[in-house]
Amino acid sequence: MDITGAPRVVVVTGVSRFLGAHIAAQIAADPRVERVVGLDRANPPDDYEDLLAGVDVRRVDLTRNTGNMLAKLRAEAVVHLAVVSSPQGSGGRAAMKEQNVIGTMHLLAACQQAPTLKRLVVRSSTAAYGASFRDPAVFTEDTEARDVPRGGYGRDILDIEGYVRGFRRRRADVTATVLRFAPFVGPTAETVLLRYFAQPLVPTVLGRDPRLQFIHVDDALEILRRSVVEDHPGTFNVAGPGVITLSQALRRSGRVTLPIVEPLLQAATRLGGVSLDQVDLFVHGRVVDTQKLTQEFGFTPRSTSVAFDDFIKSHEAGTVLTPERIDSFLDMIKGVRGARGSRGQG
Amino acid sequence: MQEVQEVRDEWDARVASALSFVRRRLTGQYEVDDFGFDTELTDYVFHPLLRTLYKNWFRTEVFGIDNVPKEDGALIVGNHSGTIALDALMLCLAVHDEHPGHRYLRLLAADFVFRLPLVSEIARKSGATLACNPDVDRLLHEGQLVGVFPEGFKGVGKRFSERYKLQRFGRAGFVSVALRNKAPIVPVAIVGAEEIYPLLGNIKPLARLLGAPYFPVTPTFPWLGPLGMVPLPSKWMIEFGEPIDTTPWADQADDPAVVFNLADQVRETIQGMLHGLLERRPDPFMD
Repeated sequence: MDITGAPRVVVVTGVSRFLGAHIAAQIAADPRVERVVGLDRANPPDDYEDLLAGVDVRRVDLTRNTGNMLAKLRAEAVVHLAVVSSPQGSGGRAAMKEQNVIGTMHLLAACQQAPTLKRLVVRSSTAAYGASFRDPAVFTEDTEARDVPRGGYGRDILDIEGYVRGFRRRRADVTATVLRFAPFVGPTAETVLLRYFAQPLVPTVLGRDPRLQFIHVDDALEILRRSVVEDHPGTFNVAGPGVITLSQALRRSGRVTLPIVEPLLQAATRLGGVSLDQVDLFVHGRVVDTQKLTQEFGFTPRSTSVAFDDFIKSHEAGTVLTPERIDSFLDMIKGVRGARGSRGQG
Repeated sequence: MQEVQEVRDEWDARVASALSFVRRRLTGQYEVDDFGFDTELTDYVFHPLLRTLYKNWFRTEVFGIDNVPKEDGALIVGNHSGTIALDALMLCLAVHDEHPGHRYLRLLAADFVFRLPLVSEIARKSGATLACNPDVDRLLHEGQLVGVFPEGFKGVGKRFSERYKLQRFGRAGFVSVALRNKAPIVPVAIVGAEEIYPLLGNIKPLARLLGAPYFPVTPTFPWLGPLGMVPLPSKWMIEFGEPIDTTPWADQADDPAVVFNLADQVRETIQGMLHGLLERRPDPFMD
């Protein structure tokens, strides 16, 4: 295989979910790629049937030993997207950790036994940096977290990246790309964060206005696609340049906020429903530097602000404070003044 | 009649401008930089509030504003005092209002500031960030003015009896940062902040309880409650000294001898300017 060219056989994990299904379909559409195999422990939902028409979907539980499956498939590239960010919908925190950590270990073991493998792309997250008041304002790829993240997801991500580092040492001939994604937004993607923004009354942390960053799913898919068909070794932050604060995001989406004191939210993490990852993010915020990504990939994702606006446009239901309503209220004030002015004149 | 018309036009313009500001805020249509600096909020809310203190309460006079670079990054290094860091905020306003380019001073704050709710948000929105190397490098690389107070809590939390005596500069990390980024250092002396809350004592157990670096006791605080938080109306003077070019030592940022030498030079310059200003101001509460 030409090292800089497209791989002939690509294996995508996590194919029953949004990112996995879409990237598998995009790669399958590339004429240079002969075969795309999608793995997942669950069957893809019915509405992905058309999308995954060109993909060989197999039900495989990565948390069990997959043996020499990748070698038998003669996989040349593996895209590991079976990483879950929240215990909701994945059967609790224990199952989530099982899938993230044990699943990655088994997959990397299988990768190591695949002599044809040339490229490995792993989904990571900016959660790797944690979030604390002692952190710099902007994280570059080589910033080390000041504190080990308190949240389960952040710790899983650190474990996953640790195993990839080990894999890189053992298989120096494989180009490994680790993509640290910011939270996804887009017109169609469904994520925990988006469910949060979709509530009419949105809880926030009192006295905190975290800086947030998002990556548009279309841009995330483009970066993933380039990582599969081109050589981009290394670890990259993948986020929309720029920043949006939580209050700004909520105002743009016309939500009403419900500020809650931090200790109460901490207590709520024990009851479930909200994770420490989320609390820390919503207290301290997280911003990453995307210069390395732009330089390496020659591609600039749309800005956080633009990406978020695209999300709002498609999720207008539930909006309380629309710009129109605010306008009419402000016009009313202007009207009252105007009336007083004309009375004074007359 | 003509006059009344003009007055009304002026007020209409103000109301219209205020309404459009409220509209932009309520719909989230404004920009915030990577550090969380909200220029619009600073211009429309923070600066007007501080300006009242700056002009009417402290009657601030500024000297040597020409020493602040017209463009490009620089470190503005000053003396710290006054129990709470009001001097840093007044310095920001002095740079913005007196400088022909109306530049913003980006303050470096201790991690303690970012641990507190509300305070942390106001700090970020007004352009401050955590005092750490990556943040300073990034700000200077963007060509921003960065404000540093190397005395830190030793300066703000010192007793009234030690007023206008510069404290130790610690590791002088600001010099290394300036050298690494080839940024000039502009020393600045601030007179007036020492008298706003004369610090008589420090209740250490209470400070530990609150997680604060010190718990101040002044002639009015905590005795008068919230009223004790009103600063005394001292006369303020701010003087910017000549910029110190750091390029000759640019490759010696990790040499402690060079770093401490430059730090001493900055410290002596500020101390000298402080003495000069104090001579010009015979009484802190009279103009």
